[in-house]
Amino acid sequence: MDKERIDRIIDKHQSEASSLIQVLLEIQSENHWLPKETLERVSEKLQVPFTRIQHIASFYKAFSLVPKGRHEIHLCMGTACHVRGAPRLLDMVQDLTGIKPGETDLDMKFSLETVNCLGCCALGPVMEVNGKTHGKMLPSKTADVLKNYE
Amino acid sequence: MPRINSPAELEELRKGILSKRDPNKSCITLCSGSACHASGSADVALRIEEEIKKQGLSAEVDLRRTGCHGFCERGPIIVIHPEEICYFQIEPKDVPEIFSQTIKEKKVLERLLYTDPITHNKIIHESEIPFYKNQERLVFGSNGNIDPKSIDDYLAIGGYSALAKALSRMTSEQVLKEVKKSNLRGRGGGGFPTGRKWEESRHAPGEIKYVIVNADEGDPGAYMDRSLLEGNPHSILEGLTIGAFAVGSHEGYIYVRQEYPLAVENVTIAIKMAEEVGLLGKNILGSGFDFNVKVHQGAGAFVCGESSALMTALEGRAGEPRPKYIHTAVKGLWDRPSVLNNVETWANVPLIINKGADWFARCGTERSKGTKIFSLVGKITNTGLVEVPMGMTLRDIIYKIGGGIPGGKRFKAVQTGGPSGGCIPEDLLDLEVGFDELTQAGSMMGSGGMIIMDEDTCMVDVARYFLDFLTDESCGKCVPCREGMRQMLKILTNITKGKGREGDLVLLEELSGVAGDASLCALGRSAPNPFLSTLRYFRDEYEAHIQEKRCPALSCKELIAYHIDPDKCQACMICLRKCPSEAISGGKNRIHIIEQEKCTKCGTCFELCPPRFGAVKKISGEPVPFPIPEGERILIRKSKEK
Repeated sequence: MDKERIDRIIDKHQSEASSLIQVLLEIQSENHWLPKETLERVSEKLQVPFTRIQHIASFYKAFSLVPKGRHEIHLCMGTACHVRGAPRLLDMVQDLTGIKPGETDLDMKFSLETVNCLGCCALGPVMEVNGKTHGKMLPSKTADVLKNYE
Repeated sequence: MPRINSPAELEELRKGILSKRDPNKSCITLCSGSACHASGSADVALRIEEEIKKQGLSAEVDLRRTGCHGFCERGPIIVIHPEEICYFQIEPKDVPEIFSQTIKEKKVLERLLYTDPITHNKIIHESEIPFYKNQERLVFGSNGNIDPKSIDDYLAIGGYSALAKALSRMTSEQVLKEVKKSNLRGRGGGGFPTGRKWEESRHAPGEIKYVIVNADEGDPGAYMDRSLLEGNPHSILEGLTIGAFAVGSHEGYIYVRQEYPLAVENVTIAIKMAEEVGLLGKNILGSGFDFNVKVHQGAGAFVCGESSALMTALEGRAGEPRPKYIHTAVKGLWDRPSVLNNVETWANVPLIINKGADWFARCGTERSKGTKIFSLVGKITNTGLVEVPMGMTLRDIIYKIGGGIPGGKRFKAVQTGGPSGGCIPEDLLDLEVGFDELTQAGSMMGSGGMIIMDEDTCMVDVARYFLDFLTDESCGKCVPCREGMRQMLKILTNITKGKGREGDLVLLEELSGVAGDASLCALGRSAPNPFLSTLRYFRDEYEAHIQEKRCPALSCKELIAYHIDPDKCQACMICLRKCPSEAISGGKNRIHIIEQEKCTKCGTCFELCPPRFGAVKKISGEPVPFPIPEGERILIRKSKEK
């Protein structure tokens, strides 16, 4: 991520140290992960120690310190999805992609994350791929959904 | 839009908006909340717009994209006004017919109506559908009628009249007194009296004070705050401004999860619009009162729903709670007095100011007044958001509104209060919902998640699930929570894997005691609740897991096996073809057998076996029957025998 883009985001938040989380969120959303050099720039501009930035980047779930795959799978593990069979769905997705939650495969094709509630409980169990919701999922339907992504 | 400088000008503006609206003009309201969006409401909206354009009907028909209507099970939902015809599960292909029949010919399309599951009657109006009929939608009701991106819509239903009343005809003491008298209690979980919190902050020393909306709705299976913020953001802003006036604050924050992008968008637009017309900012309605609001996005941490952790996060740090010997109402954000209330609590405030504390307190139980929005989810026929008066029984909520358990299954428990709550069994279904009533039953009100569980849900696994959630979300600051949860999770996981030992339950109870007494914040203190409540009501399930290595709900993967009943198998090849681990042997006219060593217990065969055969069985606590000998596997079809 280039310096100008980072600086633009920081300036938007009036370079206030208390906006650190908001700044990181915006970088995460534009870049999909937080590279070390980017965080160093943030630390320098906001005058916040690098250790504190690391603390925050590892404390909050929204941030990733490793690059993400081309397609992001979010599997809802909320209670409603859980009682409707989300754990079996997770097993199947893990089998099919070969990755566990928090991981990205070697081809950088899929990243898998579990989330705690997408708020579409009527459609549970829910799997979201690149923001598109796939509702009423069954382990037996998973392969058909995932094969649409290259 | 011109800036309004007095309550009289606000009324003028309102009159102007209403005079431009023709109550007889057709208006299609389409639910565009997150759940309906996921079921395709955006495509429906595009199709409707296309149709309006194609037929040149823009003078006769309006389309209004509204927030969540509540009946998520049947989304996407449209209501056609003024007739109030309600259509469910709309697809883009239905749109032309809706226009040619309903809009033009005024004919009702039977196939899109709601069918009563008992009488099989078709129901036209929302107010007659059992799901809606038995609710009392005071806070949530406007959601389905207004476009959250339009301040005009909110003004047209009387919006900001409570703020005008508070600023022009009441003193800040009177506002506080009214809220105190109403006995409004915090809707976010704790149930702390809102008026008392405000009063404490008001009297706390310090010039600068803050008011904050807690929209960090982290309980899995609860999404009412999101729907309110998405669907009616001005009602929350109005409540917040009234609260700020009562407390003497001039700065407000809305802390909302970044996982709720639509809520962030809508509330940001709402703030901008309110600022433009002068309902936020300097000298609101000419009263001399200044108030500004900022939106702060959370970055994904459940613990930030806790008041002191949320305030730390607002300061731009890692959201860790602190001990609260001094309340946050006195020393909160940047060590200044800060009033933090949940979204739904703030949304109740304009109603109390407009209609009075007595009106508000007329429904509810002795100590819990007003209504509460619940998200009714899990194994329930009508998934959705429901607003009911406090004191309604769980049975009425689940059966009258929720329509009971689908698939002819038996109700087992209802989980309330999120990860801090507990499970309530069938024999307590006549319990009236209220803060204290639910706490006495070993659960809690929480933010209003109500997850229904049926006979297929294993209660030990539910306890393990919540402990897993909390272990992951524990901030790690205090030992009882960080280490206690981890040990509890370890033991519970062992139990669900059939490795439970005698004495495990005693050890778990001991750990629960320590975590409950010694943790720093409510997350740790209430973390044992899911375990304790399931143990209290479902001890037999724990014992079956530990002693017989059996999961009575046939849910724990390590304790079950799938098996094909040779007498029922019709050798249809469906499961055999679909088994992802190729664990099923057999063939055409050869009875299928599951090879247990290869089976990963994914359940695909169980799901796919046609119900009329029902040949795949789940078993637990008993040995898998030996496969029938090779020679007997040829299927002799009865029809061919004759």
